[in-house]
Amino acid sequence: MNKKKFFEEINIFGQCRRLNLSLWQCPSFLFLIMGLIIILSALFTYFIGNRYINDPLLVALLVLALSTILLVIAFFITQSFEKLAEAARLKTEFINIVSHQLNTPLSNLRWATELLTSGRLGPIENKQIEYFKIIKENIDRMKDLISDLIIVSKLESNNLFSEIKEVSFPNLIQQLIKEFEPLLQASNIVVSFSSPKDLPKTLTDAFQLKLVIKNLLENSINYLRGKGEINILVEKKGENFYFEIKDNGVGIPKKDQKYIFKKFFRSENVLKYQTQGTGLGLYICKSIVEKLNGTIGFESVENKGSKFWFTLPLFRS
Amino acid sequence: MPKKILFIEDESALQKTFDEILRQEGYEMISALDGESGVLLAKTKKPDLILLDLILPKMNGFEVLAELKKDEETKSIPIIVLTNLEGLIDINKAIELGATTYLVKSQYSLKEVLDKIKTALE
Repeated sequence: MNKKKFFEEINIFGQCRRLNLSLWQCPSFLFLIMGLIIILSALFTYFIGNRYINDPLLVALLVLALSTILLVIAFFITQSFEKLAEAARLKTEFINIVSHQLNTPLSNLRWATELLTSGRLGPIENKQIEYFKIIKENIDRMKDLISDLIIVSKLESNNLFSEIKEVSFPNLIQQLIKEFEPLLQASNIVVSFSSPKDLPKTLTDAFQLKLVIKNLLENSINYLRGKGEINILVEKKGENFYFEIKDNGVGIPKKDQKYIFKKFFRSENVLKYQTQGTGLGLYICKSIVEKLNGTIGFESVENKGSKFWFTLPLFRS
Repeated sequence: MPKKILFIEDESALQKTFDEILRQEGYEMISALDGESGVLLAKTKKPDLILLDLILPKMNGFEVLAELKKDEETKSIPIIVLTNLEGLIDINKAIELGATTYLVKSQYSLKEVLDKIKTALE
């Protein structure tokens, strides 16, 4: 634990503020109060016991009164935990309902636009096609945002779909590159991929790992300007897998780099180059990699490119 | 005789889009805006295929599936579930109840849905 994290942990008032709870509903604060009362009770009991050693009934009554106070505080603590659990459940339920309710009109809109642009309802002029393209791009943006929100919500409530199996990194990466082939060709991007021939398979979450690599690959594609190159490398380093994706894209400004894995953060470059994205992709990557006991990081130089990497422990079945 | 497709879906905008595209492809579309009338139309019109949403008024899609699959006259009609519910529990439940295919609306283009319909009718 680093120094900053340590101070965050012991700052009870800060924690309560972050949870948006009043002090008397905040578990950390109640826990502290309970701790203090237990210590004081022990001292008080000792004092009373010592002072009224000849009156055991009075001592027993006082201990009983103290126990009752402790019981009441314990009750408040339990209630505040219940409230937190309920809030987490409601949040997940809320996001699920909202995303479903957003997806429904969005599907109507997407399919109606597809029908219009297919020419099935009559010819469309070039100028109209331009505007239909804008509509389609924005529908896709909203679709991606809803999809990422659902993933974040499921990740935070430990409900994200999981598929633990033996995974061959090279196969998984080649499959993903194939999925992106039309976009890569249209954007004039060359992807090279290298890995040692004897790379072993590993037991990991295939679904979530694919999500990480997909997000990183998508980022590299989105932040390349004009003709570009993406180099992917996988190798075994000790008892870990090492994955690296390098591009010669727009890079990340130095002052933005510390925020890059934060939820909804989008670099200044995004505005400059009008690159689409939800601001959730790297947050999702970091959450998943850390959940799979790995580490993630990057190096980037503005206007030169970025290199994102992650490691995962190698588990043999 | 054109093949009949029953579309059980409470979104009238989606009904309109599918009516247009299915008609152009040479199919006849019958529409139901809730689960109850969907079951009734399935039993009386005997469609060749049913497209079924899951969140429906009066009777939800799972109940419709169960009802149609227990009836001798409708149990062999292929049913494509077309929904925005993407939870694994919902997918497994629908497949267990007898759905032929499960499509999450947000993941498919209109053309891809049309291809799935054609395949199911082959």
